[in-house]
Formats: sequence, C-alpha cells, structure tokens
Amino acid sequence: MNDTATAMHPTGNGLVGLIPVGIALLLFGWFLSLAPAVADGQSLRLVWDWVPSLGIAMSFLVDGLSLTFALLISGIGALVLLYSNTYLAGHPQFARFALFLTSFMLAMLGLVLADNLIGLFVFWELTTITSYLLIGFGHDTTKGRRSALQALFVTGAGALALLAGFILLGFSMGSFELSEILAQADVLKAHEMYLPILILILAGTFTKSAQFPFHFWLPNAMAAPTPVSAFLHSATMVKAGVYLMARMHPGMSGTDVWFWTLTIAGAFTAVFASILALRQTDLKQALAYTTLMALGTLTLFLGQTSGYAMTAFATFLVVHSLYKAALFLVVGCIDHSTGTREADVLGGLGRAMPVTAFAAGLAALSMAGFPPFLGFIGKELKYAGILAIGSEPFLFAAALLTANALMFAVAGIVALRPFWQRTGVALPRKPHEAPWPMLAGPVILAVLGALFGVYPDLLQVALVDPTVKSLLGSIEDAKELKLWAGVNMPLFMSIVTVALGAVLYLGHKRLRPALGRLVDAAPQFDNGWDKFLLALKSFAAWQTQIIQPGILRRYIFATFATVLVALGGTMIARQAMPTWPDLTDVTFQNIALVVLISAGAILTALTSSRIAAMAALGVVGIGVAMIFIVFSAPDVAITQLLVETLIVVLVAVALLRLPVLDENGRDHRPLDAILAGAIGLSVTLVLLAVLETPLDLRLTEYFEVTSWPEAFGRNIVNVILVDFRALDTFGEIAVVVIAALSAYALLRTTHPRKDP
Amino acid sequence: MNSIILRVGTRYLCGLLVLFSLYMLIRGHNEPGGGFIGGLIGSTGFVLFALACGTADARNALKIMPQNIAMGGLGIALLAGIFAAFFGDALFTGQWLFINETPDDKGIPISTVLFFDIGVYLVVFGSILSIVFAMEEEI
Amino acid sequence: MEALIAITIGVLVATSVYLMLARNVLRFIFGLVLISNAANLIIFASGRLTVGAPPLIPVGADGPVGDVANALPQALVLTAIVIGFGLFAFALVLMFRAYSTLGTLYSDDMRIAEPRTEDKT
Repeated sequence: MNDTATAMHPTGNGLVGLIPVGIALLLFGWFLSLAPAVADGQSLRLVWDWVPSLGIAMSFLVDGLSLTFALLISGIGALVLLYSNTYLAGHPQFARFALFLTSFMLAMLGLVLADNLIGLFVFWELTTITSYLLIGFGHDTTKGRRSALQALFVTGAGALALLAGFILLGFSMGSFELSEILAQADVLKAHEMYLPILILILAGTFTKSAQFPFHFWLPNAMAAPTPVSAFLHSATMVKAGVYLMARMHPGMSGTDVWFWTLTIAGAFTAVFASILALRQTDLKQALAYTTLMALGTLTLFLGQTSGYAMTAFATFLVVHSLYKAALFLVVGCIDHSTGTREADVLGGLGRAMPVTAFAAGLAALSMAGFPPFLGFIGKELKYAGILAIGSEPFLFAAALLTANALMFAVAGIVALRPFWQRTGVALPRKPHEAPWPMLAGPVILAVLGALFGVYPDLLQVALVDPTVKSLLGSIEDAKELKLWAGVNMPLFMSIVTVALGAVLYLGHKRLRPALGRLVDAAPQFDNGWDKFLLALKSFAAWQTQIIQPGILRRYIFATFATVLVALGGTMIARQAMPTWPDLTDVTFQNIALVVLISAGAILTALTSSRIAAMAALGVVGIGVAMIFIVFSAPDVAITQLLVETLIVVLVAVALLRLPVLDENGRDHRPLDAILAGAIGLSVTLVLLAVLETPLDLRLTEYFEVTSWPEAFGRNIVNVILVDFRALDTFGEIAVVVIAALSAYALLRTTHPRKDP
Repeated sequence: MNSIILRVGTRYLCGLLVLFSLYMLIRGHNEPGGGFIGGLIGSTGFVLFALACGTADARNALKIMPQNIAMGGLGIALLAGIFAAFFGDALFTGQWLFINETPDDKGIPISTVLFFDIGVYLVVFGSILSIVFAMEEEI
Repeated sequence: MEALIAITIGVLVATSVYLMLARNVLRFIFGLVLISNAANLIIFASGRLTVGAPPLIPVGADGPVGDVANALPQALVLTAIVIGFGLFAFALVLMFRAYSTLGTLYSDDMRIAEPRTEDKT
C-alpha cells in the first residue's frame, strides 16, 4: 500500500517544484482580491468569442459560488503543490507530476468559472483526463492502472451523458450561456425536455461526485500519491459534480424529481459510505469513504431549497475541504515518516511528530464537530437544514445523525489513535517529524478551521452569504453562522451524535467483523465493475467475430446488402415506384443492342472459362460503345472502344500467368444471386423513377450558348472538359497518373515470393 | 509473336496511329477528338508495338520513360491552368491568342486550352504505357 | 428508350454484384469492369438520350442547330471511362501481385492481415 513516497529530501525539486506553487499563489491572491466586490453582491463576467457561429463563447463568471470554489481550489492547490514538492522530492518523474497537478488545477478553475455550457464541458473533460493521469501516476502497478482506467471510464461515461444534457439544454433554452439559462428558471422547469435534461446532467454529476451507485471508483482512486488524493478527492474534482448541481440549482431545483433524487441519493450515499469508512483499517481508505459521506451530505442539501439547507451547504463545503485536505496531508506525513498507513499498526506518534499531531488534532476536532471549531457550526447548520426538509425530516435527520456519528468515530481512528495510543507493534521505520513544507498545509488548513469557528462572521461575509446568494438569488435567506444558537433541537442532536460517536469509536474494533459480514453480503460494485468489463470484452470479441470474420466476401456482401436496403427501402418508404415505362419508341436495333450487352454480362458472370469471360467482357464494352454511338456521343464512344481494347489487352497479358477460374470446382451461390438480382432490380426501378422527374438543362444550355462565342470551340464536350471544367479535368488526370504510378510501383518495387 | 511481317507492319502501324492521335488531339476542340481520345489512340499504337516487338524495343522507340511523360503532361496542364493567373483571371481560365485575325476569320488560334489538352494527352499516353509496359515485363 | 437502357443497366449491375461476391478475385475484377460500364450508362441515360444529333456546333453558327444531345453527361462519362480504366489497371496489378505473393486467387485464403482465429473456412 505504500505509494510513491520517497526518502527524506527536505530540499525539494528546485524551480520545477516552486513555479507551480507560485502560479497557484498568484491565482489565489487574484481571487482573494475579487472577494470584497463579490461580497458586496457584484459579479464579474469575462467573455471571449470561441465558435460564434454556434453561439459558443469562452465566458467566465465570478460570483459567490464560483469564487468560493476558486478560492478553495487555488488555496488548497498552492499548499498541496508545496507539500508534494517535498513529498515527491527527487522522484524521477516529478516534473510530469507537477505538470499534471498544475494542469488539473487550472482545468478545475476553468470549470468552476465557466459560464458557457460547452466551455464548462471542455474543462470538465480536462479534469477527467488530468485526474486519470494523476491517479495513474503509479502506472507501473496493475492496481494503479486499473484504478485510473476505472475512474476514467466511470466519469468519462458520465461526461458523455452530461454533454448530451448540455446540448439538449442549450437548444431547449436557445442559449449556451449559463447565466442566461438560469435567468429563466420557470421556462426551464416547465419545458418538456426538463426531465431528460435533468437525468442526463445528474448522470454526469453523480458519476463525477461518486454518488451511489457510482461510488466505487473513488476509494480505488486512492492509488494516487497522497497529495493527489488530498487535492482531487477532498476539495476539487469530486466536488465538481457538487459544484455543477449547485450551479444548476437556481434553474432546476424545486421540482419533485430534483428533490427526491438528490435527497435520497445523497442520504443513502452518506450513510452507506460512513458505515464502510468505519470498517477500513487503511487510513487513506477510511478518509476516502468519509469523503463519499461528505459528498452525499452536500448532494442531500442541494436537493432542498430552504435557506438553512443552503447555508449548511455553503458552510459544510468549506469546512469539509479544510479538514479533509488537512487530514489527507497528515496521513501523507505519517506514511512518509513511518512507511505505513495501517491504523492497527500505528500508535504513539504524538511524541515523535508533535506538529503533525497538533494539526491532525485540530482537523479531527473540526471533523468530529466539537465547538469551537467550524465543524461544529457546520454540523449545527446541517441539523437545522435537515429539519427544514419538507417531507420526512426525521427519517433524513436520523440518517444524517448516523452518518455524523460514524464520522466522529472515524475522526478518532484517523487522527487520535495513531498519535496517542500505544500499540506495541514495531513500525517499518523510526518515526520522525515531517519537514516544514509538508507541515505548512495541514497546519494552515487546520488552524483556519479553528479560526473560522471562533470568528464565523469572517466566513459568513466573505464566502457563505455570496454563495447562498448565487443559489437562492437573495442574501436574506442566508442563516447566521454562530457557535451558540441556544438550546434547541440541533444542539440536542449534536449531543446525541457525540455520545453515539464515542461509543462507536471505542467499540469499532469489535464492530469491524460484523460490518465486514454486512458489507460482504451486499452486492460488490467493484467486482461488478470487473464483471462488466469482462462482459464488454467478450461482447466485443463476439460481435467482431460476427461482423468482421476476416472473409472479404462477407464484407462485400454486407456492403451490398446495405446498398439494397438503402435503395429499395427508400423506394418503398417514399412510395416512389415508377409507372410502367413507355416502350413505343423502341426499335429492333435497340433491342438487339440490349440483348447483346445483357448476354455478354450474363456470360461473364456464369462462365468458368477465362477466355470466354474475357471475350464476353469485350462484347459488353463494345455494346456500350455502340449505345454511345447511337445516342449521339461520338467522343464517348471512341474513348469507350479504345479503353475496352486496352482492358482486353491487359487482361490477356495477366491471364498468361494466372490459374484457371475454378480451381476448387464451380461455385454456385444462390444467396449471392438473389442479392445481386434484387440490387439490379432496384437500380432499374430507381433509374426509371429518376427518368420520370424533369431534367434541369440550364447548365447544358449555358455551355451550348457560350461554347463558341466565348470559348472558341465547336465540340461542346471537349470545351467542357478542357475549358469550362478544366480544374475538374486536371484533378481527374492527376488521379490517372497516381493510379499508373501506384500500379507501376506495385509491380516493380516488391519482389514476388516464388513459392506459394 | 515471331512473325516478321507482324513486326515490320506494327512499326508502321504504330507510327500511323501516333500521327493519327496527334490529328485527333489538334482537331478535338471543334470535332470529336481531344486529349483523352488522342492519348488513348497514341498509347494503343505503342501497346501494339510492345506486343509485337517486345517492350525493350518499344521503350527504345519511345526514348523517354512513360512515367516521365505522364508527369510532364500533368505539369504542362498545371502550367496552362496557372497561366491565367498572370492576367488576373481565375485559375484554369482559357487565354487566347489569334494569329492573323480578321473580322471574318479567327486565324490560327493559340490558347492555353490547347496546351491543357496536350497535357491531358501526355498524361493518358504516359500512364497507360507505364502500366502496360510494366505488366508485360513483369508477367 | 431510356426504359430499355434502365433494364440493361439492371442486368449489368446484377451480374457485376454477383461477380464481385465471387471467391476468385479475378471475377471481382470482371465485376468491376461491368459495374463501371453500368455507372457510365446511368449518368449517360439520366441526361436523356437523343438519336443522331451530337453536341457539335456547325461552322458559321454561334450555337448548336436544333435539338442536340446533352453534352454535360457526355463530358462526365468521358473522364469517368478513363479514370475507370486507371482503377481497373491498378486493381488488376494488385490482384496479380497478390497472386504471385500469396499463391492464391481465392479471397478466403488471403489471410495475412486478419489471420484465422480458429481453423474453419
């Protein structure tokens, strides 16, 4: 389980490591400078035209919601980049890693700031691809490759649905600009395409944010180096789905479908994930499952429309990002220092790693929801928000309480036990304190959690209120963030949570086997994924066997069968059957010609003598040439005769060295004959139908009138070839040259293998 | 193919066919004929030559490699097309020069269209001969 | 008369499809020649047929006298014939080269690019 942590090199990677940190810090500073204006209720819009013909522009919008996300992304990004500079110091592929992580951060920023559906989608896919590269950073292990592919497939499939949803949305609403679409929420909700759009968009967000039943890829994605997990799976990528749901909230929320889908999926994911979290012994896995729980909770709140729920959403979003990133980084420090992440092995690290322990403690207290930490305020708001749900509030409140209690226990497992409990088991390495660049992240994030808890107004004004304004349209609905809200139902629920959580923490070792049995009894999505891939593979093999057997004749047969369906099907569907043609002007000469050609063609098809086939082919060619002569095309007739002669010469030359036609006995192919007959019949019918339609002669008349006065030629056909349509003719003679040179090269440059 | 009469006869026939092909090429603008037909007739002459006397003799008689003739023809056609650009016309617009022009008679016309047709002639001629010669030699 | 040509074209197309589906690639090439002829006839016939009036302008006139045949399809067919010949020659050479390399004219046995996964024919 030990990932790519390298030995101690406090020096870092030089400029390659520091430039990304600088980029992230600059961006963070810029976003911070926008915060006062946004807090005042303003929003900033930047637009560049991209594909104006399709109404697609690169437009960006900075409002409360996107700014909150942008600050979290760039801020945590800077700390994580600084952290990984030391964590992966001296790693041979560090430059790649830094590039991926920085690209990911920029893509994520683009995603949350984009105001155009297509632009948003492009950034969405960029995050998918960069996260694939990051999860697969340890690509030399089977597990790393599998996890990366799994994440790519699940989120990529969701993204396809999302694109379809976006296109539907754009065309339904007549605009691809998000702000324009969201401004007419009533039209959208009443639109007949509302449900398909909703389903498609939620398919994208649920896969990205790992909601049940698409949750399985997230714990596997922990194969990535720990800083990646801290960044992607706490603050950013998995929250992209949450962000999009929040972004669409003003336009799509409030309907029954929205409410029930998000509420049930969110609540179920939260409880389900927190039970699984308690079962994990690997610290990182435990954190991964609590992330799922947090995503479920956020989704649950986005299902609502009350002010409490929205305030809870905004607050918990920030709280979770702070403590979860801090804890992931702490786990990274532990791993880096001791060489293991197993909860049952770790213990007594507090003395050797006091600063890490301090940061872990602060973050865990916030996670567990103790006052005076921000986590406490977040938890109180969550309870207030859940009680404001219109239907079944107590059911959902009970679900949330269970999840919170389990999270309390996990906080203890991750942040308390490794530092303060004696295990008596020997560690792989002697523990030591992490260097400062790796401590900066966890400490700053954890301290911020405590700071905002003591001074909630700071967060309220800067981030929570503007976010709520983005979601609900007005700032009035935002509830106040405070540590002491009096004796009320949420407080009571908090006390129950702490009590229950403490019991779960103390008994978690005994609970584990029981939980294991419970989970094993449930369907295994991860195994299901493998089975699905296997089934997909065997399906692909099966259909390749059918469609591409490698036998040329079958391909040709399929091609002609398609032609038949297209021709005949169109004739029947359009009811364009021709009437019985007028045959009064037919002369004996004409009939003789037609019989000659048909007999030649049929003989060519049926004979097994090469000489007979060649002669019959010549008869057909000369018959066609005679048609050209009879119907006033002297130039064409001469060409046809000459070409026919050359064809016979070439075939004759080739036949000198080729075997007889039917070496393996004559072949009778009744099925082919039926298909051939049907195609011939439909071509005749189509041509008869075409001949019934009037002919547009304007072009011919133009050529006739201008051929002599303007082009000085009396042979109109030749004038068309060398003057009117000279460019076409040039293309055609170029094709002739290419064909000749290719044939020549084929004959000359390869040496035949004499033995067959 | 060892008949002396055939071999001698084909030599003359080949010469006649090439001459005839040039005639068809030149008159092509006003009567049936033109580059395509001329090229086909001319190449038929040399194909006969090659069948009767062998490709080595035919290549000797032709002097230039047929692929080069084809590429040269393509080049002439292209130049004839580009020529129009010097007069500010769109590419492949015919440019005409009439020698000894009188109000009743156009005189002797020289045009890029004629050169284009010569290019077509050479392309068809060279392409067919390069395939036929190569096939006869390899098979 | 166009109707009769349409029937002829039907016969040509049917025989060429039958030939192109054959196991022996030499038959495929015969089918290729026939289908080129059919295609040329289709273009020619859709421009309507005129007897005994080639699209030529008599000396002294500024345009064709009376109803002459449609010149446009003729021009298209003329180049199509020459290009069809180029295609035919290339296909023939390709087939010949395949035969001298693989030792067979049967497309079922030409399995270099897509070898059999199981041994069945």
